[in-house]
Amino acid sequence: MRRSSYEGIDFERRAVKELEYRQATAAHGGLLFMQTVPGIAYGDQVIVTDHRNHKRNGQVVQISDELVTIQVIEGTDDLDLERTWVRFLQKPFQVSLSTDVLGRIFNGIGKPRDERPPIVSALKRNVNGSAVNPAARAYPKEFIQTGIAAIDGLNSLVRGQKLPIFSGSGLPHNRLLAQIVRQAKLLGEESNFAIVFAAMGISYSDALFFQNNFESNGVLGNVVMFINQADDPTLERLILPRTALTVAEYLAFDEDRHVLVILTDMTNYAEALREISTEKGDVPARKGYPGYLYSDLAGIYERAGRIKNRHGSITMMPVVSMPSDDITHPIPDLTGYITEGQIVLSRELHSKGIYPPINISPSLSRLMKDGVGKNDTRDDHVRVANQLFAAYAKAQEVRNLASIIGTDELSEEDNHFLSFAHEFEAVYINQGEEHERSIFETLNIAWELLSILPASVLSRVSETDLARYHHWEGLPRDA
Amino acid sequence: MDGKLTQINGPLVRAELIEACIGEQVRIGKLSLMGEVIGREGNIALIQVYEDTESLILGEKVESLGYPLSVELGPGLLGQIFDGVQRPLKDLVQISGDYIPRGVNLPALNRDKKWLFETNSNLELENVVSGGMSLGIVKETELITHQILVPPNSSGTIIWLAEAGLYTLNDPVARIKNEQGTEELLYLSHRWPVRTPRPFKRRADAIAPLITGQRIFDTFFPLLKGGKAAIPGPFGAGKTMIQQQVARWSDADIVIYVGCGERGNELVDVLETFPQLIDPRSKRSLMERTILVANTSNMPVVAREASIYIGVTMAEYYRDQGLDVVMVADSTSRWAEALREVAGRLGQMPVEEGYPAYLASRLAAFYERSGRVHILGYEESVTGESRNNQGSVTLIGAVSPPGGDFSEPVTGHTKEIVQTFWALSKELADARHYPSVSWTESFSEYVSVTADWWVENVHPDWLKLRSEALSLLTQAQELMRIVNLVGPEALSSEQRWVLEGADLIKEGVLQQSALDEVDSYASPEKQFLLLQMMLVIYHQGESMLTIGMSVQALKKLPLLITAKRCKSNYSSEQTENLKLFIEQIKSDFQKYRIEYAQELL
Ligand SMILES: Nc1ncnc2c1ncn2[C@@H]1O[C@H](COP(=O)(O)OP(=O)(O)O)[C@@H](O)[C@H]1O
Ligand SMILES: [Mg+2]
Repeated sequence: MRRSSYEGIDFERRAVKELEYRQATAAHGGLLFMQTVPGIAYGDQVIVTDHRNHKRNGQVVQISDELVTIQVIEGTDDLDLERTWVRFLQKPFQVSLSTDVLGRIFNGIGKPRDERPPIVSALKRNVNGSAVNPAARAYPKEFIQTGIAAIDGLNSLVRGQKLPIFSGSGLPHNRLLAQIVRQAKLLGEESNFAIVFAAMGISYSDALFFQNNFESNGVLGNVVMFINQADDPTLERLILPRTALTVAEYLAFDEDRHVLVILTDMTNYAEALREISTEKGDVPARKGYPGYLYSDLAGIYERAGRIKNRHGSITMMPVVSMPSDDITHPIPDLTGYITEGQIVLSRELHSKGIYPPINISPSLSRLMKDGVGKNDTRDDHVRVANQLFAAYAKAQEVRNLASIIGTDELSEEDNHFLSFAHEFEAVYINQGEEHERSIFETLNIAWELLSILPASVLSRVSETDLARYHHWEGLPRDA
Repeated sequence: MDGKLTQINGPLVRAELIEACIGEQVRIGKLSLMGEVIGREGNIALIQVYEDTESLILGEKVESLGYPLSVELGPGLLGQIFDGVQRPLKDLVQISGDYIPRGVNLPALNRDKKWLFETNSNLELENVVSGGMSLGIVKETELITHQILVPPNSSGTIIWLAEAGLYTLNDPVARIKNEQGTEELLYLSHRWPVRTPRPFKRRADAIAPLITGQRIFDTFFPLLKGGKAAIPGPFGAGKTMIQQQVARWSDADIVIYVGCGERGNELVDVLETFPQLIDPRSKRSLMERTILVANTSNMPVVAREASIYIGVTMAEYYRDQGLDVVMVADSTSRWAEALREVAGRLGQMPVEEGYPAYLASRLAAFYERSGRVHILGYEESVTGESRNNQGSVTLIGAVSPPGGDFSEPVTGHTKEIVQTFWALSKELADARHYPSVSWTESFSEYVSVTADWWVENVHPDWLKLRSEALSLLTQAQELMRIVNLVGPEALSSEQRWVLEGADLIKEGVLQQSALDEVDSYASPEKQFLLLQMMLVIYHQGESMLTIGMSVQALKKLPLLITAKRCKSNYSSEQTENLKLFIEQIKSDFQKYRIEYAQELL
């Protein structure tokens, strides 16, 4: 018995017949209120049957001695309370687990969306999962080559990491993700990821884009999709990532698979949470989002990782749209406080036609430090990355200066930095959608670019690195 | 006393429970979840629950235990990782697997392990002992000798004292009889309520710097043993790395690392790396002096609030043994948010950004538990003490301001409380200038006190060089403002050399990568020599300018980049090489001066 949190604790209660009542007293904004009935438990799943005999799913979110509050996933619109029946299933939301999920498409609560039969399995788990004991975790260290220089060279991803993409409307995060899915592999191995794709509130065309992509790469049999589209019930978005992650945990830690989880778009998730928390009257913290948004998001993101003595892993790449491109907005902000770095897309680079438009300055991979270097990629990797970051930051300063005083006034050294920045964006970052670079290619390109700069400004790399890889000719390239 | 559940609202529940008072521990329902009474409304007790409340049923039994949240204190704490209510997480894995179960109540300390107790030979039967006195010692790790203390609130005449030998925590080691004639058995461990600061004799002045091996702190914004510091910064700026660096390298006896609402993997990082890391002073594994407390961001929010107090109570306990303890808390903002969440569910009036009015006083009360003290029960005449008469608790809290905005309440209140403020800057972090500590926004009120230490132990010029370096940095900042308005042509040669001087300080001294094996720790002497080296170059260059050498020519000197690399090329054991290089610099400049004078002729 792996998870003791729910199993086996209340047979007593389950033995009682499921309870059905018609005592709802009010409904608004997705919440249904009814008189308290004995025996129901906090967090239980509920089936609400409306007057047309349509079933809706709900969950007990508050109980007092007078009132039970139920959050209804499909919403509470046009419920005729007199003719509405509420049935308490006396269990939390659960999902059925089997490897048959691969190749399938479900909705947020695990119901098939692909016109095929539901998953039948004796193994069911609570979608909320439980927290991994930190003492049981294994530190993620294995370098994943995504084939994308801006990631591999500067913000490396490792197996078991949670690394979000901070994006904005109209930016190519979907294409980038599709490219990563296509190319990601461990050095010297074929790609063998199982993919859990969790979509919350995305458009039909985006959902189709991914589906076609998986299909054309021939990986569909290794993908399980959970889809809630923009016109599907909002509150289903709250449970969808949890359902998806319960499946991911099963694949990773029961079935030894390396799982890549894609969550898109977490901003839609957080907005659904704000909607319901406002309705419940929770005290808001910033911009109307509840104070518990941090813990709530952490309950999702922290499910990524590795566990000692288990072979699988969960690598997570959530997409977070930054409202008005504002990285300090609570959703990207709190995400950044939880995840192990972030890949930030830039509208400016995108409008210059650069793909992928990754802005490296605010991007970060916190787990890079243990996943790259001598035994994992190449000895100079960390130092080269630092040098590129530092040189690009310096080049940005020079650019600012040039925009004020013009390039004529710049010193020779400053001009080197300007050409460096230009080449860095045009060559290193702008690699294109069809191009896959090995980490060694990526590092070699980096040295090409660093060779635009004289050794006297390259204090982040070692003398040995310089002797081996730096070949400055003492002349500006594009004089 | 039993009662029953009447309301469930996330981590906050209500129960009809007549006699339980505020602060009392309760057990809830069939699962026996742990909770604490935090308020009363008539017959109803308001209870915060340390575990997930899912599947609780209205009417379930609530049992009050009659005592407040407390921790177990005794040998065996070191090297452990505890959750926010002091459950031992490694043992929990053995018992319940990879996921944290609910309602499992394990003792914090191992009951079976036998410790070799050496009775304090100065104690005799009929001696009167009181709180804080040492009954004897146990070697807890190779590094730490653990004093077995009489619990702070106990006192009496010794009527029995165990002989030296092997004892478990269940075996008594002394029996005392108090003035009322009541007898009490004393053990190797005792319990203490976490929300009550442990008593001491009186406060002492903090005088010694906490040497962290990080130049930006020790040399520029020092902290004292017994001081309080905060590290505010946006995500990714380097708060956690700094706390880990302090936990690794600082010259404290004991380190308590509290992961409060942060990432699970960061604790794993400590758990996996510390046992292998060797303390530069004692040459022993760092894990032998370290205790971890973990309430990761996905663990129940109420235990997050408790975790800070669990940590600081253990810190005070080791302080009471005459030791210097450092506690780092990552992050105090998550703790404040836990307060906010409970306050919100209680319907308390929010004042700023949803935080309750008592945020500031709670923060202050927490930091007040730091300090250097004369320890309780230190009585040379009675016990022939083998420990120090003073101990200290240094508190270092990370602060995670939303959006990196330092004007938010937690940062604001914390800034008022602490004496050392290490403000992290997103701009520096983005440029990979680590540690990204801003030299304009940070402050330390301990500079003059630490100056005495540096003068005595390292070099009489410490204070002078420190101010010179800071002044170069400020001048450079001013000059850059001008450059950005009118261009570099507006600057004189001297001014351009100031910019280069500031770069030398930034790259050669301030930047210190935690990941650089050689430079991760820098001894005070190495810190001083690097600072001296950069300033020697700056001043020598200045004088070259007066004899007409151009800034361009100066900037091309290869010794500049060599100097910037010194930090990674020479370890703290190789300070002789640094001294030689400084001499070399001086003689090189002498040579340039001569060459230059000849050229001019
Ligand atoms: N002192 C340092 N030396 C080297 N790298 C650092 C240092 N501080 C921060 N970093 C880099 O920045 C990343 C984020 O630092 P971290 O301490 O996790 O930030 P925070 O806790 O403020 O979010 C680290 O993973 C590391 O790559
Ligand atoms: Mg951190």
